[in-house]
Amino acid sequence: MMNDMPQAVQAQEQAQGNGRRIGDVVLDLQNISLSFGGVKALTNISFNVREHEIRSIIGPNGAGKSSMLNVINGVYHPQEGRILFRGEERRKMEPHRAAAQGIARTFQNIALFKGMSVLDNIMTGRNLKMKSGLLANALYWGRAQREEIEHRVKVEEVIDFLEIQDIRKTPVGALPYGLQKRVELGRALAAEPSLLLLDEPMAGMNVEEKQDMCRFILDVNDQFGTTIVLIEHDMGVVMDISDRVVVLDYGKKIGDGVPEEVRANEDVIRAYLGTSH
Amino acid sequence: MLYRENGQFKTSYAADQQIFPIAQDRIAIGLVLLVAFVVMPLAGSEYLFRAVLIPFMILALAALGLNILVGYCGQISLGTGAFMAVGAYAAYNFLVRIDGMPLIVAMLLGGLSATVVGVLFGIPSLRIKGLYLAVATLAAQFFTDWAFLRVSWFTNNSTSGSVSVAGLNVFGLPIESPVAKYLFCLTVVCVFALAAKNLTRSATGRQWMAIRDMDVAAAVIGIRPVYAKLTAFAVSSFIVGVAGVLWAFVHLGAWEPAAFSIDRSFQLLFMVIIGGLGSIMGAFFGAAFIVVLPIILDQVPHWFGIPLSTATTSHLVHMIFGALIVFFLIAEPHGLAKLWSIGKQKLRLWPFPH
Repeated sequence: MMNDMPQAVQAQEQAQGNGRRIGDVVLDLQNISLSFGGVKALTNISFNVREHEIRSIIGPNGAGKSSMLNVINGVYHPQEGRILFRGEERRKMEPHRAAAQGIARTFQNIALFKGMSVLDNIMTGRNLKMKSGLLANALYWGRAQREEIEHRVKVEEVIDFLEIQDIRKTPVGALPYGLQKRVELGRALAAEPSLLLLDEPMAGMNVEEKQDMCRFILDVNDQFGTTIVLIEHDMGVVMDISDRVVVLDYGKKIGDGVPEEVRANEDVIRAYLGTSH
Repeated sequence: MLYRENGQFKTSYAADQQIFPIAQDRIAIGLVLLVAFVVMPLAGSEYLFRAVLIPFMILALAALGLNILVGYCGQISLGTGAFMAVGAYAAYNFLVRIDGMPLIVAMLLGGLSATVVGVLFGIPSLRIKGLYLAVATLAAQFFTDWAFLRVSWFTNNSTSGSVSVAGLNVFGLPIESPVAKYLFCLTVVCVFALAAKNLTRSATGRQWMAIRDMDVAAAVIGIRPVYAKLTAFAVSSFIVGVAGVLWAFVHLGAWEPAAFSIDRSFQLLFMVIIGGLGSIMGAFFGAAFIVVLPIILDQVPHWFGIPLSTATTSHLVHMIFGALIVFFLIAEPHGLAKLWSIGKQKLRLWPFPH
């Protein structure tokens, strides 16, 4: 199995020297094209994501990075191309189906449930695993109550992991930006995803907050073995924590590979710095 | 100084997740229930039951149902009166057409009929939002107004268009005297308030609130918008339907479709907004404000012996009442329930500012 992996990946893994093993391809996107009316958001993009890796998507504003994530978790339906998740081809995926298959995500602009407490927000991440029906919930007796407690235990683990114990009962609207981002990560983690999509988790943060968030992302990847697809603008962070990077520009893929390759890629440099005429 | 949680430690999640985690709140609610179930029936006058408490209870129940839809799930509805009417007329038909139909069963069947109609008119919510949905639910209002006025089958071919029920009883106990009516309404309201509270603190309630606050994120975390919205419509119209049965059977006794007109829908929506969106307590505050306050205002000049004609008093009541609504909405747009919780927060620290 190690033989059919690109050499670069092997090199990367050895260079990092941790116990984490990057496995088979879990998500394979082939020739994805997405357009809204006449606007082409994505044109003929192919790349894959391997198990347990941190895969970054970078590119200038409007390059189609968020559209890419929306395609992966079923919010947008591409007009062309195939998506294989764990070897199975997906057709017309609805977001809640994607969630049921173990894909969770956070949003570029915080998309927390503003009227609910931190605890309730993270509890929604357990929603798919809660089976008791409407009547049982109305009685709040037996299975319904047992379920609430079982899932509360899981949610408390996430709260401990993210070190947000002191704000668990606070309404999320009252929290500072950095903590809201952390709660949003918590909500995604509570679903125990196998594939986690993070859309600019560090945007607008100061250095300390970024360091914390990096640590959480690496820990999630390391401890839970979660595969992560990350969109981020901070190149320092991307080059540091990514296993492989894909670069988009104007909806087209212009680079793909380990950070060193991408850093040296002429097209990428041109896209970021512009060309001299 | 009395309202302190110091020393009340929770050692299990069950204890932390109970409805009233603070001991003082549990004592307070116990006292309220004691007064409502024991003191009131002994001390209350017939006027108090007929004109104040029974309408307050029933409209609070309807507001509670509406609050689940509007406050918890964020779907605006102007068809509350219609769902009350469906409940009332359906229960009436079950009662008169089936021999030996018990009141409780007829009431629940009335609620279920309202659920069916509610879900039917809730289907547009899957595609449209906000004001557009409000207009779609308005269609329910006009449709039922028309149906109960023109289709004589619903009114058991009553020539006047008005229908009435008599000789109500529950398990052989007659619901005739004001006290019996009051206790019946109170029991139903308590049962439904508890069920509604349980729903809103469970996974079902979190689904509703997630859809209300951010529907795309809710779908991405695995909540099915169709299921969440339609269950909200179903539960809401069930409770509203039951409130309609109580309003018609217990409060009015004899009624015609005008009892459930668009005015009723607006009145209930105002209760929910003034009382507090997304709060069980808010439904009771809103109903108290809208039902009880005008009655009290009406009595004030009388208490102080100010000689005012009935017409002047009634005009004054309207003006003061309107001004109070505006004042409360400016002071706290989130309603009386929010004021109440702010008050409780302050009380925890009082007399210290921090």
